[in-house]
Amino acid sequence: MNHPVRTSEEGLRADRVSLGIGGRILLDGVTLVPRPGETIGLLGPNGSGKSTLLRLLAGVLGPSAGVVTLDGSPLNRVGRRAVARRVATVQQHAHTQTELTVRDVVALGRIPHRRSWSPMTPDDLAAVTRALERTGLTDRADQSWHTLSGGERQRAQIARALAQEPGELLLDEPTNHLDIQYQLDLLELVTGLPVTAVIALHDLNLAAMYCDRLVVLKDGGAVAEGTPSQVLTPALIEDVYGVPVEVTPGSDHPVVRFLRRGSAPPGRTGPDRPPRAPDLPAGAAQERPG
Amino acid sequence: MRGARPALLITSGLLLLALSVSVAVTIGPADITPDQVWRSVAARFGLGESPLSQLREGIVWNLRMPRTLLAAVCGAGLALCGAVMQSLLRNPLADPFVLGVSSGASTGAVAVIVLGWGAGVVSLSAGAFVGALLSFAMVMLLSHSLGGSMDRVVLSGVAAMQLFSALTSFTVLTSADAETTRGVLFWLLGSLSGAGWTDVLLCAAVLALVLAVCLANTTTLDAFAFGEEAAANLGVQVGRARVLLLSVTALLTAVLVSSAGAIGFVGLVLPHAARALTGSSHARLLPVTVLAGAVFLVWVDTVARTALDPQEIPVGVVTSLIGVPAFVAVLYRVRSKT
Repeated sequence: MNHPVRTSEEGLRADRVSLGIGGRILLDGVTLVPRPGETIGLLGPNGSGKSTLLRLLAGVLGPSAGVVTLDGSPLNRVGRRAVARRVATVQQHAHTQTELTVRDVVALGRIPHRRSWSPMTPDDLAAVTRALERTGLTDRADQSWHTLSGGERQRAQIARALAQEPGELLLDEPTNHLDIQYQLDLLELVTGLPVTAVIALHDLNLAAMYCDRLVVLKDGGAVAEGTPSQVLTPALIEDVYGVPVEVTPGSDHPVVRFLRRGSAPPGRTGPDRPPRAPDLPAGAAQERPG
Repeated sequence: MRGARPALLITSGLLLLALSVSVAVTIGPADITPDQVWRSVAARFGLGESPLSQLREGIVWNLRMPRTLLAAVCGAGLALCGAVMQSLLRNPLADPFVLGVSSGASTGAVAVIVLGWGAGVVSLSAGAFVGALLSFAMVMLLSHSLGGSMDRVVLSGVAAMQLFSALTSFTVLTSADAETTRGVLFWLLGSLSGAGWTDVLLCAAVLALVLAVCLANTTTLDAFAFGEEAAANLGVQVGRARVLLLSVTALLTAVLVSSAGAIGFVGLVLPHAARALTGSSHARLLPVTVLAGAVFLVWVDTVARTALDPQEIPVGVVTSLIGVPAFVAVLYRVRSKT
């Protein structure tokens, strides 16, 4: 094995990981080295490999080439339970038909720390209480999961992830289908947590607002990496998403504005294409709340 | 606080079960009181003398007692299998029948009865067991080749159920005389009438083993609430857990079906009733499900053997009569949740 020289092996990192399933390459030699405590945004269109990368980082999929390590040890040698005590994941969709209270859902996060048949210890209960407080769900703890709104469900899943007491938190498009207020609340919450977070995001402006660094994936490969100002350039966005944009450098983060195809500067779109309305919320959230 | 309730539920469940068994044993054409039963039991352990005549001792100890205990063990086991399968498959309608395990066991047992391979309880159990495993292996292979997701498992189970039911009917129609057919039919509908102590001990031993495995995996079962990937993210080795838990429940189903025939709906309905009492945590749910299943089948079998006295109703017919409305109720609850 010839790994590149590293300053530290601490934390979770992906080293040139690839994954192909059934002859289709989902991920192609991607390296991701989050620094402790930072928030990394994964960008890229649907099918670019964001979810696959998160699954590899969580260890629920194994790479066909390359390696994911936790504190220097390959994930498959760390053991599933030990990984789950360090790395927590919030999936894009959380569905259950089981009748659970919010507290039950959050308590699921203690499973990697517990032995079967033994009841929750005071430590477990304290971790659940802290997670509920941190996510502002204390009042709703005894409410049924099925009565929660979409935003509250995501918050409950984040509380569950926090109950795992992770060092690394992986989130797969956690703001999908949420009202804008909940999107902002949720990202505000996540970036305020004392964890290293890797978040797959759809919305470029939210990524610019909340992430310390961005990694852009296209067709399974990483095409750009850096701070939001370094990464979010009109040329890159056009190349990756195929849409014309205007980027305004803001005071602390760049602002991306999508342009109507018809009003795009000449040469950027094909002449035969009919003008159409942008399907992404252009500059939907330009200001931080509060 | 929910912490106090499970202990209370389990204690009262055990008391209710003991009471149910001792009362159920007294019900029947020969008049015997619970008090006499208790003293007869005490006499077996060397305390005092049995108040019963030799004939009545025989009725209690060779007919009613094994039958009632087998009802308790079958009810407990089927309910346990249902609870585990529902959680693992994330399907509130799953039970040993959905996975085709019961049908496979029936085919195996019928083959033994009709084709006359071997004789007695052991070969019947062996036939049912081989049938259950074949059907289980078929469901697993088929669902694996279809992608392995849980809805594929359920669909494969339905396919297996149809196939093995057809095989059973074919075997019966081509090979059996009228007398055997009647016996097989009665057994296929589920019946505890032939219960002996060998059945009771075999089923109880397997139930104890499988219950121990399931109780050792209660948090694993909890982890499946949001699906397999969520379980994996909580540190569960999903493939291993699934194979282990589905295998032991298939084993238990096979042994129960070989002794009592295919008794339907117990595994489907009882876990839902238990969940309403305990919530979703399997450490609380499984013990209560087991006790509820046991008490339930003891009383259903008592009704089945006495309601139309001297004619006996197959116990599976009674569980279905109770189970179908409950099944519809479950469907309505599921619908309101999605």
